[in-house]
Amino acid sequence: MSEKKLRQIAIYGKGGIGKSTTTQNTVAGLASLGKKVLIIGCDPKADSTRLILHSKAQETVMDKVRELGTVEDLELEDVLRVGYGDVKCVESGGPEPGVGCAGRGVITAINFLEEEGAYTPDLDFVFYDVLGDVVCGGFAMPIRENKAQEIYIVVSGEMMAMYAANNISKGIVKYASSGSVRLAGLICNSRNTDREADLITALAERLGTQMIHFVPRDNQVQRAELRRMTVIEYSPEHPQADEYRTLAQKIADNKMFVVPTPLEMEELEDLLMEFGIMEAEDESIVGVAESA
Amino acid sequence: MAERKPIKGITKERTEKLIEETLAVLPEKAQKRRAPHLGANEPGASSCAVKSNKKVVPGVMSQRGCAYAGAKGVVWGPIRDVVHVSHGPIGCGVYSWGTRRNLMQGIPGVTSFPLDFTSDFQERDIVYGGDIKLEKLLREADELFPLNKGLSVLSECPVGLIGDDINAVTKKMEKELGKFVIPCNCEGFRGVSQSLGHHISNDSIRDHVIGKRGFKEETGPYDVALIGDYNIGGDVWAAIPILEEIGLNVKATWTGDGEIEKIAATNAVKLNLIHCYRSMNYMCKVMEEKWGIPWLEYNFFGPTKIEESLRAIAERFDDKIKKNVEKVIKKYKPMMQAVLDEYKPRLEGKTAMLFVGGLRPRHTVGAYEDLGIQITGTGYEFAHQDDYDRTSPEMAKGTLIYDDVSEFELEKFVEEFKPDLVGSGIKEKYVFQKAGVPFRQLHSWDYSGPYHGYNGFKIFARDIDMAINSPTWDLVKAPF
Repeated sequence: MSEKKLRQIAIYGKGGIGKSTTTQNTVAGLASLGKKVLIIGCDPKADSTRLILHSKAQETVMDKVRELGTVEDLELEDVLRVGYGDVKCVESGGPEPGVGCAGRGVITAINFLEEEGAYTPDLDFVFYDVLGDVVCGGFAMPIRENKAQEIYIVVSGEMMAMYAANNISKGIVKYASSGSVRLAGLICNSRNTDREADLITALAERLGTQMIHFVPRDNQVQRAELRRMTVIEYSPEHPQADEYRTLAQKIADNKMFVVPTPLEMEELEDLLMEFGIMEAEDESIVGVAESA
Repeated sequence: MAERKPIKGITKERTEKLIEETLAVLPEKAQKRRAPHLGANEPGASSCAVKSNKKVVPGVMSQRGCAYAGAKGVVWGPIRDVVHVSHGPIGCGVYSWGTRRNLMQGIPGVTSFPLDFTSDFQERDIVYGGDIKLEKLLREADELFPLNKGLSVLSECPVGLIGDDINAVTKKMEKELGKFVIPCNCEGFRGVSQSLGHHISNDSIRDHVIGKRGFKEETGPYDVALIGDYNIGGDVWAAIPILEEIGLNVKATWTGDGEIEKIAATNAVKLNLIHCYRSMNYMCKVMEEKWGIPWLEYNFFGPTKIEESLRAIAERFDDKIKKNVEKVIKKYKPMMQAVLDEYKPRLEGKTAMLFVGGLRPRHTVGAYEDLGIQITGTGYEFAHQDDYDRTSPEMAKGTLIYDDVSEFELEKFVEEFKPDLVGSGIKEKYVFQKAGVPFRQLHSWDYSGPYHGYNGFKIFARDIDMAINSPTWDLVKAPF
């Protein structure tokens, strides 16, 4: 048997952009291609694996740590679940918003998984599904040395999603200079905005990367989600399932890994204006109250 | 105050040359940063010689501690009837446990609590926050030790990093337990030294303690509080009898052998007497502004300073106290003379160099001088400008003043000045003893003490004589 090379992939993007949905549907696509995949949810909300497992409240690493007192008492089988297509799933878990340190939870969980040998040789892919707002070092854990080498950013034609994509690229530059992490592409999760595919293709070009796939908007995704399933499992014949399988194949075949070239704020705004997403600012109205 | 007589061999030129030569080995940037912290003393100059209270230069060996050390070790730890909780991982609590020799009376666990209480943070407490654990801990500690008069919560670094709200917890628990539950946000990373920990602790006393209780007995015209005496080796117990003998009532001690309810009632005294200005001046000023209580710095090291201080204290009271002071001074004269007769002949003409925390580098100078010892160099770990302003008049012209001195610098200075004694901390002790230089540990009084007051001076004189004139130094020879 030839030595498989484990590919570790991190998915980033603005909060609410559809990272978890896209990740799970894509992973289901990879599973249908016969690939062995592990998903690690790096978000205290712990909803990165529910479509694969058909259940929301699975026990997270940090839940168990809280219950047992120390991470040393925890066993891998306590937190590792297997779902659709033999996909292995772990959630890091963490505190409610406003208390403690969610970032440390991610670090603790990933260290635990490495030490306990969760990254078995039979795996083809590990996917890290990371909380939208990379607010501290903990959420950059998946792209530190010897972890994910490939990053995909989920984005749409909305302004804030593109800002976020550019900011994440800046973070990648920082880690790329000290390690092997590279930007592997933008995944456009369509919001049906104007000239969306062109815009994201243009953004990708400026960042030095590619729009690896344009995932059209389709309510079939929501119908599947209501049943806590991926589209691929719920309706394998549906055209949307083909989109995810195509994305999965493109990721499997992808060879374009770059150190991104993030845009300056003015460049990004110029791009948005060029596509009519943003209007030129009228400096004369800044800071002037309505009554003035 | 009369200017100090020059010390033989100590000149401004020699001192400045030494500083220059010492700094020469440092990289240029470090030289630039360190230079303003070192200087030759110039009494009477309008501004003090050295810069202070700045961040340590990276790469040098500094003796400084952190804000938590200043809060736990200095201000809170000595209060005997309070359970002091080190909130965070285990190390800070354990390594600050009983290391400072702030003696206290009482039965441990019953009327005094020199025990190690800590929330012993684990990963899960970082990730989920430690507030719930803290609440439980406070409740359990109070159940186990119900005779405590209060609990203090001293934040370690992670508590500040994850943003735990200890103030909300202590507020709730104070209501539930019906006693003091005091938050102190003294995370170690705050500030440049332990000095900020003193300030933060003073602020906690201001916000959560002072004025919350009254004295049980009647107040009187001679009520005073001892501020900034931490009872190292029993210093408080050597100081109180003198003040009582002159007719004053010491109503509270801050914080050596202190009791929280008396500390809380201190706003009812007539005068605050402050020994360690650096760590407690903040609360003296608060009590002055809010309740109009005057404060007076005093110095109980050595007979000269004791007499000066007693007379200064008497000035704040009536003729009865003034008469008592003269009586007390007269009474102890023969005892002090006996001490001087015994030790001064052996110590006259010796020199010493000091490096301590925030008070002793200036306050002990008089005691050495009483014994005939001159101080050729002195400096502080964490003093501020106002401390150095108070230091300059105590030192002879041209003597060496060093702020936050590094191990390398101090070694060089001692090598050149060749003092007969170095007085500093535990980290310096063996460096100098191995170099054949007599040494006294001046933070903890080297397991001795007290050094305050008349009784303390007897012990001080004996210890200094023992260090300098020990025959050991003639018997050992360094093999290199």
